[in-house]
Amino acid sequence: MKLSREEVQHIAGLARLALSDEEQALYQGQLSAILEHFARLQELDTEAISPTATTLPLRNVMRADEPRPPFSREGILANAPAIEKGCFKVPAALE
Amino acid sequence: MELCQLTIHEAHRRLVAEEFTAVELTEAVLERIMAVDNDVKAYLTLTPEEALAQARAADERRAAGEDTPLLGIPLAVKDVLCTEGIPTTCGSRILEDFVPPYDATVVERLKAAGAVILGKTNTDEFAMGSSTENSAFFTTHNPWDLSRVPGGSSGGSAAAVAAGETLGALGTDTGGSVRQPAALCGVVGLKPTYGRVSRYGLVAFASSLDQVGVLAKDVTDAAILLEAIAGYDPCDSTSMDVGGYNSGLQDSNGLGDKNGLQDSNRLGDSNGLAGVRVGVPTEYFVEGIQPEVEATVRAAVDVLAGLGAEVMEVRLPHTDYALPVYYLIAPAEASANLARYDGVRYALRVGGGGLDEMYKATRGQGFGPEVKRRIMLGTYALSAGYYDAYYLKAQKVRTLIKADFDAAFEQVDIIVAPTSPTTAFRIGERTDDPLQMYLSDVLTLAVNLAGICGLSLPCGFDAEGLPIGLQMIGPALGEERILRVAYAYEWATDWHLRRPTL
Repeated sequence: MKLSREEVQHIAGLARLALSDEEQALYQGQLSAILEHFARLQELDTEAISPTATTLPLRNVMRADEPRPPFSREGILANAPAIEKGCFKVPAALE
Repeated sequence: MELCQLTIHEAHRRLVAEEFTAVELTEAVLERIMAVDNDVKAYLTLTPEEALAQARAADERRAAGEDTPLLGIPLAVKDVLCTEGIPTTCGSRILEDFVPPYDATVVERLKAAGAVILGKTNTDEFAMGSSTENSAFFTTHNPWDLSRVPGGSSGGSAAAVAAGETLGALGTDTGGSVRQPAALCGVVGLKPTYGRVSRYGLVAFASSLDQVGVLAKDVTDAAILLEAIAGYDPCDSTSMDVGGYNSGLQDSNGLGDKNGLQDSNRLGDSNGLAGVRVGVPTEYFVEGIQPEVEATVRAAVDVLAGLGAEVMEVRLPHTDYALPVYYLIAPAEASANLARYDGVRYALRVGGGGLDEMYKATRGQGFGPEVKRRIMLGTYALSAGYYDAYYLKAQKVRTLIKADFDAAFEQVDIIVAPTSPTTAFRIGERTDDPLQMYLSDVLTLAVNLAGICGLSLPCGFDAEGLPIGLQMIGPALGEERILRVAYAYEWATDWHLRRPTL
């Protein structure tokens, strides 16, 4: 499985990663090699096998619906890169 | 023996006997850190003031008549576990300035037991790696040979335990990140069953595989640490409601005296291993395994046989597929989990243009090369057109890998294998070839995919004097079983008493 440069750029876009030209070239080669190595999974016939997403037995998890004190606003905002009027501040999402 | 070299259970006995105080013990370990951590570089953050305050509080609790196996015991915590008011970086630039507003449940439990937290240990960035070379800050050095890696990703915790820079430590294990560094540093490392220990406050990497584990100087200490952190947590809906780690095992395990772990300071004397069936999986003696590792592990199996265990061959036919399955599922889950680092709510933000530019610049600069590689791999495996061929296929083969273990545990009580195909490799030796680095975990990955438990303990040294790890694998909730067999092995050997010279 050989990835094209366009595919690398497409995946980086989906993952919201800015990659330099050097990084794109590096990942194109490395990811192609890794996927090639992984191609042997296709040897296995898994037509009748169900996928495993979790090893735990499926069960409902319930808890009492009781209010608890939340984290303080100051405590949460203390880690934010930019705040205004007690809220997270972000660049404009719309023009 | 210097205080910093004591095991947890020895230190506890001597604290109870009033031979020294928790403050004296903590000071001794802090002095050791000052003396050797410039070379070992196990810690990312040290918290000596908080540690001494906790030690004073522990001494007061003991003076008031209280006792727990961890009261006044200095411990270290891997820097992917949240600690209230103490930076938690995950070894990443993107979280360099992050200070959590809460403690992970496991940290809260250690504190409640009266443990003293010395600081936060180095890790590969977001626990993605096998050597700590992917830490954005520095590489930890192996205390047995400073030119070599300690393993990873919990390499800081393993090196700190081996170097006497803590009495025990917490790590995390998504594909071998507790067991492999334990093997490379010559200490005991235990990865509990998925769901045994709460993940609340563990910064998520791959949520169906992540589990908090422990690193210790011997098997008894590992059991004490597991007892302290295990158990149901309403804040983690995947934690199992099976009580402490030994109370839930009564019906599933039949190895000898079931009350042996009730006295959590010692596992009791070895009653021998008569009636215990030990499986040796053919597929784990892979091509490329270091000959001394194979010979040493086979000699360790002979020790178990000498203790009365019945040794037989078992087959785990899908072992060969564990690596690709793991490196599709773990990056896929990581690509989703790491979407939260968007420069909005915490830590790093880069770029002031539009929102989308800010996301891309923050993530492009904030994440290191391995993390970006895995996000790319995972995003690809989940993307339209490739989901069935990669992610879904990997999940189906995961079913087959789990079924291999289910079948093997019909025949045997525990499975014994090498932990790592080689002893500690040189710093820089594998950094240019990600696939070669991934092969470091080839013998530990399948345990996480199956959600079962495993530990590594020292079983010898190679010609260069580097430690070799013996892996013991148990079924889901089989911790008591593997601890008991590990304890019997330890009782019959003295590898766990060796310490590196620094």
